[in-house]
Amino acid sequence: MSTAHVLLGLLAGGPRHGYDLKRAHDDRLPQAKPLAYGQVYATLGRLERDGLVAQSGQDQEAGPERTSYELTELGRERLAAWLTEVEPPAPYVSSVLFNKVVVALLAGGTDQATGYLTAQRVAHMTRMRELTATKTRPGASVGDVVAADYAIGHLDADLRWLQTTLARVAELQKEVTS
Amino acid sequence: MTGALLSGTGITKSYGATPALRGIDVTVGEGEIVAITGPSGCGKSTLLHCLAGILRADEGSVVYREQDLSLWSEASRSRLRRTEFGVLFQFGQLVPELTAAENVALPLLLAGSGRRDAREAALGWLARFGVADMADKRPPAMSGGQQQRCAAARALVTGPRVIFADEPTGALDQLSGEQVMTAMVQAVREQGSAVVLVTHEAPVAAYADREIVLRDGAIDPSGIGIVG
Repeated sequence: MSTAHVLLGLLAGGPRHGYDLKRAHDDRLPQAKPLAYGQVYATLGRLERDGLVAQSGQDQEAGPERTSYELTELGRERLAAWLTEVEPPAPYVSSVLFNKVVVALLAGGTDQATGYLTAQRVAHMTRMRELTATKTRPGASVGDVVAADYAIGHLDADLRWLQTTLARVAELQKEVTS
Repeated sequence: MTGALLSGTGITKSYGATPALRGIDVTVGEGEIVAITGPSGCGKSTLLHCLAGILRADEGSVVYREQDLSLWSEASRSRLRRTEFGVLFQFGQLVPELTAAENVALPLLLAGSGRRDAREAALGWLARFGVADMADKRPPAMSGGQQQRCAAARALVTGPRVIFADEPTGALDQLSGEQVMTAMVQAVREQGSAVVLVTHEAPVAAYADREIVLRDGAIDPSGIGIVG
């Protein structure tokens, strides 16, 4: 996930300082892992070094002095390029869930794999219920709903895979241990 | 959950020689949303029909507010379904000759409300489900999604204690399904109704407080439900 590109996007509307960027990031991407201040400043430092943002001034409103940053022409071009670039759809099948089933079969056998899949299904359903409660809460913002829908869709895909894999554990065991 | 509002004990039901339910125990608390899930043919719809008093179980009992429904006449159970239960199926089953507002007002009229009050309440519920502009249209002039929203409004209009919803989003596209579920869950949370929700889709089951997974007519304690 490219925090740098999100920060460039947040600067597209005009200069902002680090604290403001952190708040805007967390507001616009609800349910995402909140951005740490250290990460904001480290990323801004890299973007400045690469000529994608530049300092645009100092502002001091009832507190410490803050440096504002703005997009440079190069930054604007880089952002536009990123937005039109299609992400490669699942170039590798990589999933901790899948790895764990295979390793469970290698190291423990079908009971171990079935036990893991069953417990994982319960955890997935619990998380899906939490996210559904978040989006149906009266007063939920569109951002909350869209963020929850993204996670729910992915959990649902996992759940379908967990369900079909449970039915294939014995078959997979034969293949893995042959 | 504050004690059982509705409970089934040892519910057994067969269709001819084919067993559909093999001794199911289930409780639904006041204001609780319970999903019944499981693969096709696991008996989840049959269980909903037994709990709603639409089907009579071969064995076992269904107790609603401390009254054993299996001892009631069909007429009494039918009255209960009109007044305290709301029912929503996969295909709305609206009366095609009536407008949307008349369909939604119908349960109130049957329960003795005045025509004006019933229409006003119906319009409020249609608005809540985002189909206020359909009020004077008849079902054939409405899309499937609009009909299902009306059916959901009709299921809730009397402020029922329990809503029985059997694959309520099964015939809807994803967005319409989510909108119907969200509006329904928000409404039942407000009025404190319980819901028995049959679905085979995890994202729909996730609207519930808990999930009962059936497998071959029995509760699957592992919660997997897959026919392996």
